[in-house]
Amino acid sequence: MRFTLNGAEVDVAVHPMARLLDVLRESCELTGTKEGCGEGECGACTVLVNGEAVCSCLIPVAQVEGGEVTTIEGLGAEHRLQRAFMDEVGAQCGICTPGMILTAVTLGGRPSLARIRQGLAGNLCRCTGYEAIYRAIHRAR
Amino acid sequence: MNAVGRSVPRKDGIGKATGAARYADDLRFPGMLVGRTIRTTVPCGRLNGITLDFDRAGFTVVDCRDIPGKNVVSLIEDDQPCLVEREIRHVAEPVLLLAHESRDALLSARVTLEEEPKAPVFDPEQSPVAFKTILIEKGDLAAGFSTAEHVVEGSYRTGHQEHVYIEPQGVIAVPEANGVAVYGSIQCPFYAQRALAVVLGSAVSHVRVVQTETGGGFGGKEEYPSGLACHAALLALKSGRPVKLIYDRVEDMVATTKRHPAIVRHRTGLTRDGGLVAMDIEVILDGGAYTTLSPVVLSRGAIHAAGPYRCDHVRIAARAMFTNTPPNGAFRGFGAPQTQFAVEVHMERIAEALNLDPVRLRERNLLRPGDTTATGQRVGDDCSAREVLRTAVRRSGFRRKRKAYQGTGRGIGLSLYWHGSGFTGSGELKLASRATVELTATGVRALTSSTEIGQGTRTMHAQIVADALDIPYETVEIATPDTSVVPDSGPTVASRTCMVVGRILQRAAEEIRGKLGDLTPAEYYRQFGQLTVTKQYEQPDWIRWDEIHYRGDAYAAYAWGCDVAEVELDTDTWEIRPTRLTVVTDVGKAIHPALALGQIEGGTAQGVGYALLERVTMRDGVMANAQLTNYLIPTTLDTPRLDVVLLEHPYAGGPFGAKGLGELPIDGPAPAVVNAVRHLGLDVRAIPAVPEVIMEAACASR
Repeated sequence: MRFTLNGAEVDVAVHPMARLLDVLRESCELTGTKEGCGEGECGACTVLVNGEAVCSCLIPVAQVEGGEVTTIEGLGAEHRLQRAFMDEVGAQCGICTPGMILTAVTLGGRPSLARIRQGLAGNLCRCTGYEAIYRAIHRAR
Repeated sequence: MNAVGRSVPRKDGIGKATGAARYADDLRFPGMLVGRTIRTTVPCGRLNGITLDFDRAGFTVVDCRDIPGKNVVSLIEDDQPCLVEREIRHVAEPVLLLAHESRDALLSARVTLEEEPKAPVFDPEQSPVAFKTILIEKGDLAAGFSTAEHVVEGSYRTGHQEHVYIEPQGVIAVPEANGVAVYGSIQCPFYAQRALAVVLGSAVSHVRVVQTETGGGFGGKEEYPSGLACHAALLALKSGRPVKLIYDRVEDMVATTKRHPAIVRHRTGLTRDGGLVAMDIEVILDGGAYTTLSPVVLSRGAIHAAGPYRCDHVRIAARAMFTNTPPNGAFRGFGAPQTQFAVEVHMERIAEALNLDPVRLRERNLLRPGDTTATGQRVGDDCSAREVLRTAVRRSGFRRKRKAYQGTGRGIGLSLYWHGSGFTGSGELKLASRATVELTATGVRALTSSTEIGQGTRTMHAQIVADALDIPYETVEIATPDTSVVPDSGPTVASRTCMVVGRILQRAAEEIRGKLGDLTPAEYYRQFGQLTVTKQYEQPDWIRWDEIHYRGDAYAAYAWGCDVAEVELDTDTWEIRPTRLTVVTDVGKAIHPALALGQIEGGTAQGVGYALLERVTMRDGVMANAQLTNYLIPTTLDTPRLDVVLLEHPYAGGPFGAKGLGELPIDGPAPAVVNAVRHLGLDVRAIPAVPEVIMEAACASR
């Protein structure tokens, strides 16, 4: 299976129906993508596939062949959202944070609160009550 | 520049924002196997046999006969087996452990259990076995009732609540030269260490427990990981290889602990103008199939059961009962959310019955400095029940909205609550927690067993140490909780990590400061070498506690809160939509305002879920909706806007005046939301108030 991962070509020898989540964590050794529920409810495993936020636990790797996948590692360490999540304490336990930040990336530059709430409705956070996450995304504008 | 009182950068912020932080499932060890747990399927019965229907090549198999020490998960009572031998007390009890290199092979291995079912007990009121009973008596109840001009009675129920930490339970056990190391998502490494030593029959020095980055706990990773650690260790020691044991979400929800369901009955005597003259309270908790922490959950629940009110004649009779369901355990709030839900909904019904304003009823009765609680504790000058109530009422526009919402499909309600910080009574004295500060080449390192589970332990402890030493926050390191390295500072529970452990660290740092003279830690280290100071908990000298009669100073300090909830009713779906919560708390001192705010906001959201969404459906003794698809926690769209105020009336015994705050915010939302529902004209006395409950209440009111 070939696809572009965080800007670089990768070729992994895995079953085409393997979950993208497992391929990323095990074959590609990128553990920033987390498994919270394995059924597409919590959003902890969110990655970008061709710029769209998807749950990598629901996607067979065959579906991204030839496509572009971005994980939290692909944002580096200086992305404006990462800085804002640090500054506003948008991360508590941190397990939802990679997925939360990647979803936030898809919301564009100046999302309204209503758009943020709608956009993040598929990413569960049990620590923050979401307010600090809204503050972080507002700050990152 | 002082660090305390400023929102300095989290010590762990960068790792969490970049995905570099390593959680249990992110770790790999050479030759590592994956583990799996085979569990019972009946709620009560006998295990008569186990048949392995697979080729055992490549498998490590462990049953109760492989346990070298005692077959118990050691906690308060040693009644829970590590692996079932004969007696089955609940569905999903661990029976057999398997490990294999391949997860696929592991999952396809078939095991048949020969289970002989017996009649289970599911109703805690019908249960013949009490794990613990508590009686709190103050004054003369009969005399109190004899002066009452009104008596109001009511029964209230709360359901299970599942923690839903987003990272499921998980550990990795690694054989070491003369023992085993367990790495894992664990709130209390020393609990796990002690349990391992008992199961393995080895000295605690041969067992090492190391906390990995932990993706949420909320009490769910307090006692449960002890059994899990034992399972992984047994597999690792038998196979001679590292074994990773990570639960998936379904297994986590079916098998692990939850918040205790409760039935609370109130009978209250009042004067005509709403003065409380007698409170008779019965508390029943469903403990599940083993003792776990039920006695202490019951204790906290009972002590908080009369709410933050003064009353001269009180009886609180509480019991935690056995049922054939998976054991319930620690969950943020620890019994207090259940009993405070009851008393606050009851207060609202009293206001209704006596035709009194709910704010004035509470003002009339709330604890003021110098008043005594149900256990006879005199509350100090840091008691701010009246101030949180007044601030919340004013800030939310409660009185205006209470009138304006009448008959509009919108409702507004409030709750007043309190939460004791630290272990109950003489619990802290028994723990005798220790904390260490030592020099490094660049500053200092703080060593405690307090775990970072998201709440900000590392950051907050570093701030306290930095200011106690008057050194930059950045030069304070926090040691990873590893039982072979750090002293035992007690468990990371009970709103004690800041107030109790933080205070011990502060004293250790102050002693270091006295020895440094004019030198910085780094200068001292270069000239004179290492300096290490370990301090132990010292109980404030005024604390008196009678464990037998439940009399005296139950907690060294209380934090205070008032919530105002605003809701809307959707008459098509019967959903209650919370639109706004105003939360006013007094936490003594917010060491890190943004972290403190995050704790209050997050706890409030969990409380809203507890009130409206989170229903555990038990069927034949097992959770039938053990998936996030049908056990719902609040999403962004379910969580109301939260307006949080932090008041700071310092507690002299806490570091820089701080009290505990982690659990406080879970006590208020459920009664505030249900009281807002009552304002809509719906008589709801049970949570979760899911649409079916609302619809029934609406039909009954017609």
